Amino acid sequence: MKHIKLLAVLFISAFTITSCSDDDPEVINEPEVITTMKVELTPNGGGDKVTLLSKDADGTGSAAPVVTGGTLVANKTYSAVITLLNELESPAENITEEVAEEADEHQFFYKANSITSTFTYAGTNDSNGNPVGINFTVATGAAGTGTYVITLKHEPNKSAAGVKDGDITNSGGETDIQVRFPITIQ
Amino acid sequence: MKSKNIVFACILLLLSSIVTGQNCKHTFSGIVEDFHNKSPIVGATVFIKNQNKYTTTNLEGKFSLPNVCSGKVIVEISHISCEPQTIELNIVKSVYKIIDLEHHEEELNEVNIKGAIGLKTKTAQETLIKTQTLEKFSDASLGDALKNITGVSSINTGNSIVKPVINGLHSSRVLVSFNNVKLQDQEWGIEHAPNVDINAAESISVIKGANALQYGGDAIGGVVIINPTKSIIDKDTLYGKNIFSQQTNGRLFSVTTSLNKSYKNGWFLNGQASFKRAGDFEAANYNLSNTGINSKAFTFNTGKKQFENGFELFYSYLSNKIGILAASHSGNVADLVDAIKSPKPLRINDFSYVINNPKQNVTHHLLKTSYYKRFKGFGKLSLQYDFQLNNRLEFDKRRGSFKNLQAVDLDLTTHNFKADFNLDADPNHIYKFGFSGLYQNNFPDPATQVRRLIPDYNKFSFGTYAIAEFKFENLIVSGGVRYDLEHINAKKFYLQSRWNDLNYQNDFNDIVINPSATASQLLTNPKFTYHNISTSLGATYNLDAKNSLMVNYGLANRAPNPSELFSDGLHHSAARIEIGDLRMQTETSNRFSASYSYNSDKLNVVVEGFYNHIKDFIYIEPTGEEKTNRGVFPVWSYKQVNAQLFGVDTNISYQPTNNFVLTNKSSLLKGRDLSGNRPLIDIPPFKTVTSLVFKKENWKNFHASIESEFNAKQNEYPDNNFEAYLPLYDSFVLVDISTPPSAYHLLNFSTGFDFNMSKTKFNLNFSIDNVLNKSYRTYLDRLRYFADDLGRNFKIQLKINY
Repeated sequence: MKHIKLLAVLFISAFTITSCSDDDPEVINEPEVITTMKVELTPNGGGDKVTLLSKDADGTGSAAPVVTGGTLVANKTYSAVITLLNELESPAENITEEVAEEADEHQFFYKANSITSTFTYAGTNDSNGNPVGINFTVATGAAGTGTYVITLKHEPNKSAAGVKDGDITNSGGETDIQVRFPITIQ
Repeated sequence: MKSKNIVFACILLLLSSIVTGQNCKHTFSGIVEDFHNKSPIVGATVFIKNQNKYTTTNLEGKFSLPNVCSGKVIVEISHISCEPQTIELNIVKSVYKIIDLEHHEEELNEVNIKGAIGLKTKTAQETLIKTQTLEKFSDASLGDALKNITGVSSINTGNSIVKPVINGLHSSRVLVSFNNVKLQDQEWGIEHAPNVDINAAESISVIKGANALQYGGDAIGGVVIINPTKSIIDKDTLYGKNIFSQQTNGRLFSVTTSLNKSYKNGWFLNGQASFKRAGDFEAANYNLSNTGINSKAFTFNTGKKQFENGFELFYSYLSNKIGILAASHSGNVADLVDAIKSPKPLRINDFSYVINNPKQNVTHHLLKTSYYKRFKGFGKLSLQYDFQLNNRLEFDKRRGSFKNLQAVDLDLTTHNFKADFNLDADPNHIYKFGFSGLYQNNFPDPATQVRRLIPDYNKFSFGTYAIAEFKFENLIVSGGVRYDLEHINAKKFYLQSRWNDLNYQNDFNDIVINPSATASQLLTNPKFTYHNISTSLGATYNLDAKNSLMVNYGLANRAPNPSELFSDGLHHSAARIEIGDLRMQTETSNRFSASYSYNSDKLNVVVEGFYNHIKDFIYIEPTGEEKTNRGVFPVWSYKQVNAQLFGVDTNISYQPTNNFVLTNKSSLLKGRDLSGNRPLIDIPPFKTVTSLVFKKENWKNFHASIESEFNAKQNEYPDNNFEAYLPLYDSFVLVDISTPPSAYHLLNFSTGFDFNMSKTKFNLNFSIDNVLNKSYRTYLDRLRYFADDLGRNFKIQLKINY
């Protein structure tokens, strides 16, 4: 009988120790999510500044991002800077700063589809002398309509062939953000 | 240390008598007693093989077989978990024998239907894996060992995360019981392997279908029963075992040790501990970077056991750190396309023992206490309380200050109480009934700063069952019924966009408790109650000494698991968004099975067939795609279809001489989605394994074997391929996630022998897996898109019994 008592004591004590609370769980805002990519293009030698914007207000929710493209002047060079934000946080979290802090683990890649444009890395390189690409320049070609695709890779293999020069093909790693902006060159 | 004992064998001592006579009027009677204390052994089977007569011993250990013909008889005496012992007698007149059987008293106390050779059921498709086979897998996992059984395969995430698949079903459809405790270790996820150290098992039973109702009613696939090491009772003894393994692949080292102490007065104490460490494993041609494993486990068991009553206290701890192949992590569909296209992983580093992200750290605690009392002429009452805490940490590749923070942190706490009655006073009419109650809490720690995959919930369940088993001369019939009540009370945040997208705002508006937890999220309180009935009916008929037939029908119901109800988010390894559904209902399985077995001295054949119809089978499949800033993702949603599975498993072994054994195990399975009229996903392809063993007992138990394993290509699969727009290529690309990998054939070799030094017994084994270093990929491996399976592996194992 004493065994039954022992069992009962263990059983009851285990239940009382783990009394369940009815409090509501804490909400999580996902501080890492990149809701917003902003690309500001400033023409060299003066002219109208252009801002490209992609905003996905619900992160990985079912709503698609809202993308705003831009119109650039033909045969002109623009200096560009990328800003990544998490606007689920208040005030908005600047994720570009994190990318800059971990420069050796991140790299932006740029590509023009259906139009001609030449991209060149600018700004500070990472500690190994490899590009990061928060800043870049783009030299537009002839007039036309197409898209720019801007990709941020996490842990790319920067020493693989062509990666340093902006070729994404052998970069590996995983995509943190990839946005396609409609672009008109005129 | 006195170690004259050969611990796991049952020794039979008998007084032989040879007299003369010539008719069928003799009576063979006697008593089966415990070797140590001369107490009677109840329920031992006494079987005259060549005259097909059998009986079981009564409560006084006595048996009597009338009408025995004169001449030479072969008698087999068996008791649960003992190797059946065969003796030969020359019957010339009625004989009375005292048969002493050495056994583990513990075995008398099992809450099981006692089978002739240690099985838990008598009228279901059940296979037992014994210690000797399990020891070969000392450095592997439970899932690897279970694949020895025909009809059992595995679904893998790489080579370290191995989940058993029984007749095509897995995860929540397979119940794993460890020392009579149903494991509660978040078994719903494909990348959540069972949290059991295989070295803690002395034997494992696998029952196909939900036919072990005392363990649970929702195991539509099957039940895996893991029996830990049992102590010898009523004897002052101390013994132990060590196994050391070293492998070339992964530079794996593993060690396991166990020690048992028992006393004459019934007290016992035993402990077991294992350690395993491996670095990056290798495929045939490259390193599988970040696939290391670091595993620690121990169990502790004490108590006092006597025939009349006893109690036990058991604790088990397991910690697994498992690296996930670096190249398997996809940021979006474009990454997945690149990974599938690349013939080898996109990330290959030099060998390392370091486990980086992505990785899993899983810890499992299990505490059990039980008590039993035997009532003379009535049966046995057992009471049990068990507690489990499962903590699962999953680490992803994250940025900045989150780099070393887990992305998943789940604490699953379970309390369970059960009472079982086993009325076995009359071994020909056994009745069992019992009930159990469970409270479970899941706590996803918000410290992860990632939205919860599985929400906070409390679960209450209650189950009750009754089973009857009747034995007639050549026939055993058993039937059982079980009722389960399950209530789940969750608190979950939904993104407003998802909530509306799933049309929950109309159907589930009443469960919203905070419509504006944040600007984009709302808090809900889903509560669901499920009532499930399960039944099992079976019969085994022994046509003669060699042939027997078994038929079985099982009805089982399974309530949806938290993952099927609540999933809502991005799954990185699959690069897909997975969506559960609150409208999910219980799924119902009707399973019919039949087995035929033939046993003779030289040839053993077992053929098992089954048909399983599952109504409202819960199934995940692609339903669309979603755009995010990361890129495009396919959306996979849980839905319910009607499905059927049927298959045949065969096991044939032929022993032409004492030195050679030729074995073949094959299994063929078909799965179909009847609603969509298409094949089911993840159905294991045809597999056949043939082995030839040479053994010679007087060469120090020398054995050598060669094994050929052929896995066909799965030609029946649902086409879930989709076209994805890849901005980089500015075009649509077909993403082939469906086509199964090619067929493959592997050769394995192993050899070993025993030797003794003073009173210690050694066993040395050497083996080579994948002798030809084949490159291959397995259909049921989730990492098959990214890398080949394991290459050649040399393994050496030393076992010491003392």
